[in-house]
Amino acid sequence: MHMRSLGCAFALSLVLAAPAFADARSEAKSLVAFGIDVAQKGLWREAIYRWERAVEIDPTYGAALNNLAVAYEHEGQLDKARQAYEKALVVEPNNAQIRQNYELFKEINDRTGADKEKP
Amino acid sequence: MTGPGPTKKSRSRVVALSAAAFAATMMACGPVSYEIPIETPIQPKLDVTAFQRVLIAGFVAGGTDDVDTNQETVRLLRSQLRSKSSLRVIDADVMPLLEIAQEQSRSAPPEAPDAATIARESGATATADAKADAKSGAAVALPPRIKEEKDLEPYERLFANTSYWKRIGEEYQNPLIVTGTVLFMPQSRSGFVSRDVEEYDSFGRRRVIPTRTYMERKGFMLRPKFVFIDGRSGATMYSESYREEVLYNAQQSTPALSSYFELMDRLVPNFLSTLSSQKIRGTRVLLK
Repeated sequence: MHMRSLGCAFALSLVLAAPAFADARSEAKSLVAFGIDVAQKGLWREAIYRWERAVEIDPTYGAALNNLAVAYEHEGQLDKARQAYEKALVVEPNNAQIRQNYELFKEINDRTGADKEKP
Repeated sequence: MTGPGPTKKSRSRVVALSAAAFAATMMACGPVSYEIPIETPIQPKLDVTAFQRVLIAGFVAGGTDDVDTNQETVRLLRSQLRSKSSLRVIDADVMPLLEIAQEQSRSAPPEAPDAATIARESGATATADAKADAKSGAAVALPPRIKEEKDLEPYERLFANTSYWKRIGEEYQNPLIVTGTVLFMPQSRSGFVSRDVEEYDSFGRRRVIPTRTYMERKGFMLRPKFVFIDGRSGATMYSESYREEVLYNAQQSTPALSSYFELMDRLVPNFLSTLSSQKIRGTRVLLK
């Protein structure tokens, strides 16, 4: 009896959580779309704000993480960009476009590096 | 009894309708990816805010005789820094560092160090610490000509001679000093390379077939090491080494100077990014 009620509670929580997740994703999606619009107009800081919020709302949203990484890259925040790309690839390991962005990002990092010595 | 199954025609109609419906849905939703140009700012690797001026002093250069690598490197770096850096570039004679290093080495013990030689080279007054530095650099014999990488090693001591560089710094009112070594030498290599071969079949249709062929190739290798010295103290602040090479078909005749510029072209952005912030242009894909 006890197990049965637990099972019911779990099923109920799933049913209740599903729309909440859908709401979170749809809110994150509209933030991502808005971010793209403003980024295309050159307003990268505003885009970062939107995409950061999208990631807060839905941390498993690969597109938001990818866009955030691109924006950080554009702003010269290379450590943050790397972290965001890596998270995006954890969420969507088979996304060729995210991987391509990341490869291009790494190329820049490698190009600026050299066999350095500091006394 | 069963009715006739769907014909080939009706099946293809279904496929076409589904494709059209999918396309219409995609168009209604809009694209899911957007290519966007970006400019990535790269911070300089070295903090040069303490300097207003830069002296590209000269390089210990070697390799081929076809190019005066010291002159060309100084000239190229000065012109690049003039247009792409906020530092004022000092116009001065290119220092023959190979000869200077050899003279420093010769003037060292067992005889008493000839500080006057050092003074002559730098144009500054000799001091007691110059003698000491000349003495410390005495033990290593310097090869008269630099033909390969290992010939450069003994010359590295020159960059550690702080009192020498301090005097050069004083002479030019304490600028940032850029110096180092450059080796530019011919290179040849043979082996299998992949290349696309065009073929025409009996119908005259063109095909491109990737083929591996044995080729003898020759070209050049460029190995610069840039040393950044604080003109106020003569101490090395930072140094970095690069290696680039270019190989051509052995039948192709490419002038050494044009290969030199081709290779330097690849390195100059890296050199500049040490001293000044750069913007690297590219495109990325934004996703919905």
